[in-house]
Amino acid sequence: MTALMSPRDHLRDGPELTGEALDRRLARTWRRQPGLIGWLSTTDHKEIGRRYLVTAFVFLILAGILGLAIRLQLARPESGLISADRYNQIFTMHGTTMMFLFAVPVMEAMAVYLIPLMLGTRNTAFARLNAFSYYVYLAGGTMIWVAFILNVGPDAGWFSYVPLSGPEYSPGKRVDIWAQMVTFTEVAALAAAVVMTTTILKQRAPGMSMGRMPVFAWAILVVSLMIIFSMPSVALTSAMLMSDRLVGTQFFNSYEHGDPLLWQHLFWFFGHPEVYIIFLPATGFVSEIVQTFSGRRIIGYPAIVLALVATGLLAFGLWVHHMFATGLPRQGYAFYTAASMAVSLPAGIQIFCWIATIWDGRPRFAVPMLWVVGFIVTFVIGGMTGVMLASVPIDLQLHDTYFVVAHFHYVLIGGAVFPLLGAITYWFPKITGRLMSEGLGKLAFWLGFIGFQVAFMPMHFLGILGMPRRVYTYQPGLGWDGLNLVATIGAFAFASALVIFILNVLVSLRRGGAAGSNPWNASGLEWATSSPPPPYGHAHIPVVDGPTPLWTHEERLPVAYGLRVEQREILLTTVVDAVPDVREPSSEPSLWPLVSALATTALFVCSIFTPWALVIGAVPVTAALIGWFWPKNNDVKPEPVID
Amino acid sequence: MQAPAFTQDLSRLPTHGFGPRSATWWGIVAFFLIEGTALALGAAVYLYLLGQEQAWPPPPHLPPDLPAGTLFTLLLLLSEIPNSMIKRAAEHGELRKVRRLLIVISLIGLALLVLRGFEFNSLNVYWYDNAYGSALWMLLVLHTTHIGTDWVDSLVLAGLMHTRHGMEGRRFVDCAENAMYWRFVWLAWLPLYLLIYWVPRLQGP
Repeated sequence: MTALMSPRDHLRDGPELTGEALDRRLARTWRRQPGLIGWLSTTDHKEIGRRYLVTAFVFLILAGILGLAIRLQLARPESGLISADRYNQIFTMHGTTMMFLFAVPVMEAMAVYLIPLMLGTRNTAFARLNAFSYYVYLAGGTMIWVAFILNVGPDAGWFSYVPLSGPEYSPGKRVDIWAQMVTFTEVAALAAAVVMTTTILKQRAPGMSMGRMPVFAWAILVVSLMIIFSMPSVALTSAMLMSDRLVGTQFFNSYEHGDPLLWQHLFWFFGHPEVYIIFLPATGFVSEIVQTFSGRRIIGYPAIVLALVATGLLAFGLWVHHMFATGLPRQGYAFYTAASMAVSLPAGIQIFCWIATIWDGRPRFAVPMLWVVGFIVTFVIGGMTGVMLASVPIDLQLHDTYFVVAHFHYVLIGGAVFPLLGAITYWFPKITGRLMSEGLGKLAFWLGFIGFQVAFMPMHFLGILGMPRRVYTYQPGLGWDGLNLVATIGAFAFASALVIFILNVLVSLRRGGAAGSNPWNASGLEWATSSPPPPYGHAHIPVVDGPTPLWTHEERLPVAYGLRVEQREILLTTVVDAVPDVREPSSEPSLWPLVSALATTALFVCSIFTPWALVIGAVPVTAALIGWFWPKNNDVKPEPVID
Repeated sequence: MQAPAFTQDLSRLPTHGFGPRSATWWGIVAFFLIEGTALALGAAVYLYLLGQEQAWPPPPHLPPDLPAGTLFTLLLLLSEIPNSMIKRAAEHGELRKVRRLLIVISLIGLALLVLRGFEFNSLNVYWYDNAYGSALWMLLVLHTTHIGTDWVDSLVLAGLMHTRHGMEGRRFVDCAENAMYWRFVWLAWLPLYLLIYWVPRLQGP
């Protein structure tokens, strides 16, 4: 090999190149190119994370409007506001959008934005895959919403049970659009999971051993592995459903040796872990917020981490509790009841650790902390009804009633959305450089907390009184009228709180007080860089010698140096102890992820109509991927280190 | 913001590493897990359906014919010889050897795809006949996707290594990791081969 270069031939950060001179040069290397092409080809995790976040919130608003439509329809008996067919589409789209297009992506969004900053690295691993993930997600969400607006929205429920969703009972393309939207979001989520797993395992700051990782990073690591093991199940089964509908396979056809229950097994083998994929990042938020606002290190760090791992493992052994009403062997009932109850133990351990931390610390009840308290109260109620539903006799009574609707809204909104709103308030200053209004924040919290309880508490009683889910109307005199009206009033109060929250975000973007780098006096590395962070994250790679680096080093932060400045370079460290090991180039901005996502979109959308799309569509996808991976940095010379 | 206290110099670190030292290695392992899970669940579908039947395959269908699938399996196993050679050559930076062997493995990939075509033709059932046929075709299609993907990857790498990019250390890492992926492809096939060709014979009426 010719043209070997020594380390001295390149400009590097270090004692001789630091401060403003370094910032200027790093910014030139890492900033995105100007113009539309630059905007579309960015690989900056912060930009991708922000887009993911905004898109997920747009879907939250859309699905929230559908939720309000449902509540309006049910506010009084025999309401003629919405037709039965439209109602089926509305509740299907509400659930599908909330689960696939809001809840999972919004957690990925937070991880994509925060994890590299928390770990002290300049970008995620596979930055282009990250961009690809976002575009595929956007395409899938857009496709299903366009279909819904054109009155071909799916109408078989967010879990699309066969035989209802099969070729016989759901002719037309509605279910195929649902199934293909699932494919889009699975591809996006799996790509993000691969990015996150690699980033967390290989790109931690020197010294950030696994035992010193932020709890949020642990949560995202566990969740990414859960995505890797669970999402193939729904990708597979939705492909099986589509092929039953499109090319005449017989997977779910009981007349031809198939079995409808196979669908339920494969769906819930994904669907149950999915709930924890949404919930565990939220517990990560809570741990970070509790630590900062209690002003002391989280109590029981090892217990919390083990609880995260245990929840992740147990999540794969519970799926059958969604199927108690299908009839199971007695042994099956006993096993899945025990497993379902067991999963409340790690959740309980985490809750006790948070309470102990608050108890022993000096808590400041700022808005993020209020959401945490609201979370603990609401999630505990939801957890209790979960334990009730784990019991087979109760489940058989309450299956498919509003009791179940109440339960999962308590665990999903209380367990994930409350911490998310707290987390956004908490990290908003980092993302934008401005603080959110405390007054509007408190108003949104109290209205949201009370509105939520008013909306969903009555549903427990409606369920016990026998009101089934997914009915588009009901008759008067069943004792359901008043409770439904109360729930509707509560739903509008809760929605108003979300509107106030979003207004607060928009107003604070322009008028919020300047935040500075560390407005909450937090301990994590993401607070060691300016707000908003520059495109390269940290100017020098921080070195970590404890779990709370910024509290340990209040004056001077230890850093490593010697990364290249005029080329995008990142540091890889060893998996367990985070010892510096290799310097690798980080992906340059590129349009190929967008082109590949467009080619993938064409393949997925066309395969709703013809199986040949899989063959013909594979050609542009392959071409785009080759374009993506073909090396382009022609001027870069090999740089072995020579001593 | 705290001022920096300079502690460690990173400039002497290498710019590429093989195996778990490389980021792409972990990415590929993650894809193994994803694809392995999908294949395992595909096998679970097959076994779930089998568990509900008196006879397997459901009469009057016959088990798949052995020759094409067995020949495919043998060639696939033999392909590990050049594959291991590529991995070793890449790790030692032997460019000419890598170039030659990548062409060999691409030709083997092509031969495997042709054999796979014959396999589809010897299943004795169509995907639309019954759920057994559907599961069988699904398993074979899933695995064929992997053969096809790695074949294209090998072709592209063979082309790439013949350009000046081939001289970069990181491209040797790519070759070593492509060889690792190939190992996954043939390892994943072995249980599927047993499932598709031998389980029906053991279960026969």
